[in-house]
Amino acid sequence: MNILKILNFTNQSQKRRSFVKMFLLSVAAIAIPGRSGSQEKPKKKSGWLLADGYDATEHLWGMGVNINDCIGCGRCVAACKEENNVPRLPFFFRTWVERYEIEANGRVSVSSPNGGYDSFKPELSDKQTIRSFFVPKLCNHCDNPPCVQVCPVGATFKTVDGVILVDSDYCIGCRYCIQACPYGARFLHPVTRTAEKCTFCYHRITKGMSPACVENCPTQARIFGELKKGASPLVRFKRMHNINVLKPNLNTEPKVYYANLDMEVS
Amino acid sequence: MEDIVQHLTPLLKEVSGYIFPNEIELHWGLLIVLYPYLTGLVAGAFILASLVKVFNVKELQPTYRMSLLTALAFLIVAPLPLLGHLGHPEKSYEIFLTPNTSSAMAMFGFVYAWYLMAVLLLEIWFDYRKDLIMWSRKEKGLMKWIHKLLSLFSSDVSEKAIRFDKKSVRVITIIGIPSAFLLHGYVGFIFGSVKANPFWSSVLMPIVFLFSAIVSGIALVLLIYMIVTPMRRKPIDMLCLNKLASYLFYVMIIDFSLETLDFIHRVYESEESIHIISELVSGKLFVSLVVIQVLIGMLIPLGSIAAAKIFKLPDELKKLIYFVAAILVQMGIFSTRWNVVIGGQLFSKSFRGLTTYKMTFFGLEGFLVSFIILIMPIVILYILFKLLPPWDEARQQVT
Repeated sequence: MNILKILNFTNQSQKRRSFVKMFLLSVAAIAIPGRSGSQEKPKKKSGWLLADGYDATEHLWGMGVNINDCIGCGRCVAACKEENNVPRLPFFFRTWVERYEIEANGRVSVSSPNGGYDSFKPELSDKQTIRSFFVPKLCNHCDNPPCVQVCPVGATFKTVDGVILVDSDYCIGCRYCIQACPYGARFLHPVTRTAEKCTFCYHRITKGMSPACVENCPTQARIFGELKKGASPLVRFKRMHNINVLKPNLNTEPKVYYANLDMEVS
Repeated sequence: MEDIVQHLTPLLKEVSGYIFPNEIELHWGLLIVLYPYLTGLVAGAFILASLVKVFNVKELQPTYRMSLLTALAFLIVAPLPLLGHLGHPEKSYEIFLTPNTSSAMAMFGFVYAWYLMAVLLLEIWFDYRKDLIMWSRKEKGLMKWIHKLLSLFSSDVSEKAIRFDKKSVRVITIIGIPSAFLLHGYVGFIFGSVKANPFWSSVLMPIVFLFSAIVSGIALVLLIYMIVTPMRRKPIDMLCLNKLASYLFYVMIIDFSLETLDFIHRVYESEESIHIISELVSGKLFVSLVVIQVLIGMLIPLGSIAAAKIFKLPDELKKLIYFVAAILVQMGIFSTRWNVVIGGQLFSKSFRGLTTYKMTFFGLEGFLVSFIILIMPIVILYILFKLLPPWDEARQQVT
């Protein structure tokens, strides 16, 4: 009653019209954050021309991993920690290597002591292992990334060249992305208290170099490259092998492609 | 860095099977258990209050204002655990400035603000406006000015104005019910929409959250009513209490049915994750899920309330049964939140192993802080009761 008096409404229809107008304006205000939202930023292509002339719109990055070539030496894990200043503790990894041992009775045991950083000791037991192999893991840089979907402030985002990055200045450390990642590829950095993950060594690839793990792999089990360009080693890798991705049922559309992946790997 | 090493290193030995190396640290701890528990109480208490206004359940009138104030007290505290668990609480305003529209969590700020400002505060204001004016006319000193301020200096107590107040309360309550559903349903959605986690990922999650919220809200108001009334040396209205217990019973039946449906559905579908989840439920979660949540928090209270109703027990015995049942229900719902939040993080997303949650005592995510956060709404409620007495006689004095 008071409010109406203050607003000094004289007749019914004017009152109603003003009310509808104000109501619509208020409702429209809800859309403002969406217009200026943080996810808008990556959509503008011009913003992706880096200072040194790197044009992100010309690239689409991915990685291939050949399970048969991995010897579990852990050089990739060490190189990644060195290159990206990942805490040297057994709880934080941007990439790690798992060892699978499949026994004759069908039992599967998986291990990744210190993420494979110190490589693997030979298994000296009476286990009748019929198959054993190593699987390097990292962020899958999904084309349909659940982590990006859930981030409340848009601190984690997909670049136009297909890499999933975290803006640590923006990240509030809510850890929803860590929960949403089906691959366990994320962690909370104990010092910065923000989400961390593999960036495909974005600081290197934008300068024409390959990621540190790829550079240091002695058997070339990891192949890094373009997905859009026909002549790239990655496209060739995808053509020459039977390719699988991790957890395809979740429709995350990973851009890390595994050759000779065993059904036991998840 | 030192303390994280000390905290995480012993956990390495607790792991059974294989978990991804980044999964040693359990990310959502006790504070995040509190959050759905608190918002559940808010939504539940509000829906109870709505029964009086919208569905005209006259017996519950003595608890109407009490439920509203309870909802407000808990709503004020609800964001604190969220804020406390952030890595960078000082940046939390970014959720409001640049929300990611696809994130369920980003919606929190808006749903919360809507519920606090547009529903709860407005309803309380309209409901108390006349009383605030009358009180401030009779009082002297500080209280006079507090009540004047709370009434926003309005002074119109004409019949027309009072009628407008009543109409507004009704309209707001009608808007409030879906809003309360939204407030807690969306908390369920935050968990239910995580496809990476099969323990959470369920379309039933928001609905189960909602009904368990109503259960906990009714049980809380019942407890507050039973504690506060004797403290004010007033008789407990058995009609009201019986009605509260009946509603508690009905909603618990719905809640239990939904949870059972969820359980049967999971077992029947028997997806990839069923092995690790059954290992979890029969092992690390057995006490908190099977014993506390289902047996102590659900079946025993259901059975005892039913017995109190069927055997027409004397009032004194009924009161005792309701009181104990409501406490058990609170324990049960708290475990429900625990089992969802903590339980959902105890198994690896590789579905090959289990990890452990170790609660700390001190520190932001420790037991002490959580305990303080749980006590705070009760302190706030005490102050609200002093400022805005919800009792009927306080209202009658002025008319």
